[in-house]
Amino acid sequence: MQPLTIAGRQFQSRLFTGTGKFSSAALMEEALLASGSEMVTVALKRVDMQQQADDILTHLHHPHLHLLPNTSGVRTAKEAVYAAQLAREALETNWIKLEIHPDPRYLLPDPIETLLATEELAKLGFVVLPYIHADPVLCKRLESAGTAAVMPLGAPIGSNKGLKTFDFLEIIIQQSKVPVIVDAGIGAPSHAARAMEMGADAVLVNTAIAVAKAPVQMAQAFKLAVEAGRQAYESGLAAASRQAIASSPLTAFLDEF
Amino acid sequence: MFTEIFTRHNWDEVKAGIYAKTASDVERALAARRRTLDDFAALISPAAAPYLEEMARISHQLTLQRFGNTMQLYIPLYLSNECQNICTYCGFSLNNSIARKTLGAGEILQEINAIKAMGFDHVLLVTGEAQQTVGLDYFRKALALVRPHFSNISMEVQPMDEADYRELIPLGLYGVLVYQETYHQADYKLHHPKGKKSNFRYRLETPDRLGKAGIHKMGLGVLIGLEDWRTDSFFTALHLQYLEQTYWQTKYSISFPRLRPFSGGLAPKVEMSNRELVQLICAYRLLNQEVELSISTREEEAFRDRLVKLGVTAMSAGSKTNPGGYVVDRQSLGQFEISDERSAAEIAEMLHQQGYEAVWKDWDPSLAI
Repeated sequence: MQPLTIAGRQFQSRLFTGTGKFSSAALMEEALLASGSEMVTVALKRVDMQQQADDILTHLHHPHLHLLPNTSGVRTAKEAVYAAQLAREALETNWIKLEIHPDPRYLLPDPIETLLATEELAKLGFVVLPYIHADPVLCKRLESAGTAAVMPLGAPIGSNKGLKTFDFLEIIIQQSKVPVIVDAGIGAPSHAARAMEMGADAVLVNTAIAVAKAPVQMAQAFKLAVEAGRQAYESGLAAASRQAIASSPLTAFLDEF
Repeated sequence: MFTEIFTRHNWDEVKAGIYAKTASDVERALAARRRTLDDFAALISPAAAPYLEEMARISHQLTLQRFGNTMQLYIPLYLSNECQNICTYCGFSLNNSIARKTLGAGEILQEINAIKAMGFDHVLLVTGEAQQTVGLDYFRKALALVRPHFSNISMEVQPMDEADYRELIPLGLYGVLVYQETYHQADYKLHHPKGKKSNFRYRLETPDRLGKAGIHKMGLGVLIGLEDWRTDSFFTALHLQYLEQTYWQTKYSISFPRLRPFSGGLAPKVEMSNRELVQLICAYRLLNQEVELSISTREEEAFRDRLVKLGVTAMSAGSKTNPGGYVVDRQSLGQFEISDERSAAEIAEMLHQQGYEAVWKDWDPSLAI
């Protein structure tokens, strides 16, 4: 399988993971290790950036785990830029998962503020991965603004509903010059495999692993699904078979000429 | 303003509507993909009692999906028990002859240290209503003292003007709890005969003022025991729905304080059983998957332990309801009796045993300017 490259950094695993909703930090760590994931997102609101012994961060100290802080909780571009700068200072990474969802109920991303913040953060030298609606035009605008990747949602975050935005994800993948990571809504390994088969560069999964009855086994299941989906994509999926047609009533006459 | 919607509803009609709900209304509500206020009315009605197990199952599943295996912990910091209001049910009532106490700066810092030592990072500041001593100026100073020590600060104090909230939010105020106590206007007057709190409408419009000021979170609720809890809860849900539609950038939480005894206080007019409280909690979750549901140490240990899996998402722990209660003046009189006296560490361990992680920090000051 081809590795994934974002902003010059290579990832062997195309499964990105979240760190919320687990029943303990130890279980989170075990599940993340089982997933093979090399990119884990962590909410700034959950970690104590001033404290070395933060319970979540200490469980993420593995050389292969690349930390992706997210700005969940901010409501505007201005707040996001401020939070990203503090995170860069405290966590020593210029990677930022930009989450601007001023609506705390459905956590749907604000496209206007997200675009403004991406422009600003890219100028400041950040590697920006914005969480967005599956909006193909917004993706192109974010590319121009200097985004490192785009992270369109498959369905409302935490909903486990799968790829409700399928048709728009197809357009985004077809048009995109930056990696496309399907974020939010992936509730089952089959959803993840489907996203990878259609050519997504990676998927991000959190709730479906954290809330499963056996999170470690579910993490492995997602690992396998993402690998299978990617390998299928790289192998070139055969076209779905159509019904055989015995005769050619519209074009058979051509044989007579 | 919510007042416009409120005045279109008649208490007696709402109540009659709830009590007229039938088993088929409940079944329709249970089967609905998205539930309406009318479904909520069915779910809190007596007709829903036989469906409690199914409600609990759905509530657990919806809560788990949204909030995961986690429980937020918070603790109240009572700053003052001075109060100019008469409230028939409250230990701080003006006519209650108790020694009054308002913490000074040094005392607040002592209490902060004690709370921090328990592991808390979210704090709820609580006072009575005494404008002269515990007014805007006092809150400015209190926030300045508290802010460096906590990631998240909420207040449960007297309702204030929009301009006051606008001033306090940049000083670190994240959330405000303001309970209507009861939406029964005539009864409200009976229970609040004197003081600024007797103004029903000013209190009713407090969430509007908070929303306009851009508060991050607000908490709603009624004091269960003053009036018919089903009708009061319907009005709370009506209020919540209006607020969510109007101030869509704000997060909401609901609390379910049941009237607790205090020395010389009022006995509840309406008793709510444990079974009914569970019904109410589940009904809220079935109505709204995202709203935070909070339970305080008013409730007993064994009962609180069972509520963990029924829809609740936030719990207080190790609480004292008297100013100075943690170290400064342990004997001062509290607002109500605590039923669950376990320490915060014990609550965290209880949660762990149930497969839940105690969340001490779920906000960061860097996320708001």
